[in-house]
Amino acid sequence: MKTRTLLSPLPTRREFLKGAGTASVAALTIGFEWAGTTRRAAALAAAGSGAAASAGAPFAPNAFLRIGADNSVTVIAKHLEMGQGSYTGIATIVAEELDADWALVRVESAPADAKRYANLVFGTIQGTGGSSAMSNSWAQLRDAGAKARAMLIAAAAQEWHVPAAELTAQKCVVYHAASKRQATYGSLVKTAAGLPVPQTVTLKEPKNFTLIGNRPLRVDAASKSDGTAQFTLDVVLPGMLVALLKRPPLFGATVKSFDGTAAAALPGVVKVVQVPRGVAVIARSFWAAKQGRDALKVEWDESKAEKRGSVELMEEYRRLADQPALSARKEGDAKQAIGNAAHKISATYEFPYLAHAPMEPLDAVVKLDANGCEIWAGDQFQTIDQMNAALTAGLKPEQVSIHTLYAGGSFGRRANLGSDYIVEAVSIAKAYGADGTPIKLQWTREDDLHGGLYRPMYFHKLEAGLDAHGQLTGWRHVIVGQSIMAGTIFAAGIKNGIDSTSVEGAANIAYAIPNIAVDLATTKTGVPVLWWRVVGSSHTSFAVEAFMDEAAHAAGEDPYAFRRKLLEHEPRMKAVLELAAEKAGWGSGPLPAGKGRGIAVAEAFKTFVAQVAEVSVDKEGNIKVDRVVCAVDCGTPINPDIITAQMEGGIGFGLGAVLYGAITMKEGRIEQDNFNSYRVLRMNEMPKVEVHIVPSTAPPTGVGEPGVAPIGPAVANAIFAATGKRIHLLPFPKMGAA
Amino acid sequence: MSTTFLLNGKSTILDADPTMPLLWALREVAGLHGTKFGCGMALCGACTVHLDGQAVRSCVMPLSAVADREVTTIEGLQSKQAKAVQSAWVDLQVPQCGYCQSGQIMSATALLEKNPEPSDADIDGAMSGNICRCATYSRIRAAIHAAALSAKA
Repeated sequence: MKTRTLLSPLPTRREFLKGAGTASVAALTIGFEWAGTTRRAAALAAAGSGAAASAGAPFAPNAFLRIGADNSVTVIAKHLEMGQGSYTGIATIVAEELDADWALVRVESAPADAKRYANLVFGTIQGTGGSSAMSNSWAQLRDAGAKARAMLIAAAAQEWHVPAAELTAQKCVVYHAASKRQATYGSLVKTAAGLPVPQTVTLKEPKNFTLIGNRPLRVDAASKSDGTAQFTLDVVLPGMLVALLKRPPLFGATVKSFDGTAAAALPGVVKVVQVPRGVAVIARSFWAAKQGRDALKVEWDESKAEKRGSVELMEEYRRLADQPALSARKEGDAKQAIGNAAHKISATYEFPYLAHAPMEPLDAVVKLDANGCEIWAGDQFQTIDQMNAALTAGLKPEQVSIHTLYAGGSFGRRANLGSDYIVEAVSIAKAYGADGTPIKLQWTREDDLHGGLYRPMYFHKLEAGLDAHGQLTGWRHVIVGQSIMAGTIFAAGIKNGIDSTSVEGAANIAYAIPNIAVDLATTKTGVPVLWWRVVGSSHTSFAVEAFMDEAAHAAGEDPYAFRRKLLEHEPRMKAVLELAAEKAGWGSGPLPAGKGRGIAVAEAFKTFVAQVAEVSVDKEGNIKVDRVVCAVDCGTPINPDIITAQMEGGIGFGLGAVLYGAITMKEGRIEQDNFNSYRVLRMNEMPKVEVHIVPSTAPPTGVGEPGVAPIGPAVANAIFAATGKRIHLLPFPKMGAA
Repeated sequence: MSTTFLLNGKSTILDADPTMPLLWALREVAGLHGTKFGCGMALCGACTVHLDGQAVRSCVMPLSAVADREVTTIEGLQSKQAKAVQSAWVDLQVPQCGYCQSGQIMSATALLEKNPEPSDADIDGAMSGNICRCATYSRIRAAIHAAALSAKA
């Protein structure tokens, strides 16, 4: 077995993030209704313990949970809930080891405090990303839950004068079978709070799990089905104003001059201010701010702006693919092996910029005065946002507090190295006068699609050689595109010129090929870029898996059998491939004319996913994806229903992108404005999805992103099976005309 | 200038610019936050409410257009079909980020109130105007079928 020379991005991130976050702020109480509150109140009332709800101090043995005298369990989540189910997963881990009653569990968001709430996968900063919430929480929260349980047991043992070993616990109640005594956790909190936290504790055997591996209901499902869930859009504070910001039409342009007279004269408009990124209209309502912004006259200095279009950029990328580039992986001599091969194949793949387009357009509320800055947002990188907000406001990071609310989607957009929307909001509050007036910065959909921080555009060039027996002897892959981490706080993570987020999924391919070369040419443009759900694998997986299909075809082999043979020494990758193929009925005979089946497999963030897509292509060349069978190995399945939901959602998200997604520029100007020109997947285009989860007791890994990786190539390979045509250009063209 | 209409069953007078979109009048004047802003151009459906029982996009409808008419938001859902839809949404664990779901539920409820047994094609027709970036579409479809069954019982 070959050693892979490329680290997955997470250890790299961890390395350079060490020491990045030192900020800390005091815990804050905020007046929103949090996940599970209503459900918990109902459960408490049903248990007849409502009267005790306000009595006594809670038991808080660590930073991650609180048990109230009313028997309620509050789990403190350091990860953002943006749809991926983190709150439910986090609460499940704690509740499992605590032996809590799921109906009594609620979740609240942690304050920004990297000392207590750092993401252990990132190092010392608090933040959510890289599908790390479960892998980061597993050991930490099992320990937190188990120690709290041990203390409650010890408290009962002390009160009843019996050995702790004779006690059991279930659903927030401690039992002593011999004396038939029982006590709720709530009744024990006072005694437990006086006991020492144990140094070590025995965790449950997986066979004794009752919540993990089952499907405890999401803590946020009810409030997200009756309109009461609180997003940043819904934050209203006394005296709050709403701001809209007019940003430059080109990346890199700046304000030359502006005339805000007409805007300021409109009813409801309070102030027009210039800030580093543009001109803001601050008003008493969204509608007044919007009308004010429409009435603004701004002259821009475009002398330093990016004025190229996507077509020109891609022409340059194509040229760069033939120039010498930096090596991201080199084993053997791929060039020579391909040169000597009996069969040679080659292909190029072109990927556009992509917007994340979360349903909730970016928004943040900022309350700034001379002594501090308070932020409400669906905040994904608390420590970095604290630092950037402090820098903008002229404060210390510890003077910045953050209330993290539910995010209406992110897909990477809010995990934002320059904290763009937070910094804008702080700069507007500062320009307004920093007098403590809360100001909500609201982006529109047009702001979102024009606002940059896109998934970068990429050009891929692949060559492979096969011997006379159809064995792959050489594999050469050149990637051309912008670096996500260059010029950011994460730039230290770029090793030897290679940004791992540009090559992940390509440089670490698991296939056994004797000669492999993966090269990277990093480009510079004026277009700001960012990670987008599944990061590098959002493009590398397509290039690798579509080209692997071409290699199988050149070898005259079945695409599934060809891959399987090359994954002989990769048991988890091979297992998901086999499971998906088996459940999809791969090899069960040909589909009717106009239909095809395609397969692809990927590893992302240490989770393995294989998908088989079945497509129909009609006479006009319209593509319809009928069915997707997905197999996933994410270690211990914490909540199989949420894993299934993330695979379904990842497939729909990825499918929309390969079918329609593209942000394009003409003379520097973005050509898409809203969902009419930036098309995404809709109900009538969603395939039937079947998800199969590999049973495992390995530590859990993430599921928010990996499901996106294989869907594009699985569908492209199915289109080839249906039509005999290969796809080399994203988004997919209509197949009939090609 | 004020507009009078029936909002969630109550006669309501909103004192606001009559050209203000209903969405912002509901959110910022009436203080009802369940209806969301997603695109401002009737392209995504996050702002869906019922106007005289029909699903409409409140982000492009001026407040003046609802004068003397009946508006229902997620906060005012009462019908048997609506309750069945909301229960099915929880039972089948539909929401992920949840931001679009008020609009999805309003469209689904309007569909079931007109058509108690929608086919998959009927669901496509009624729901394709509502975008979900988390792509919870499979579960939305299943939940509408489940709600149709339970509302009939």
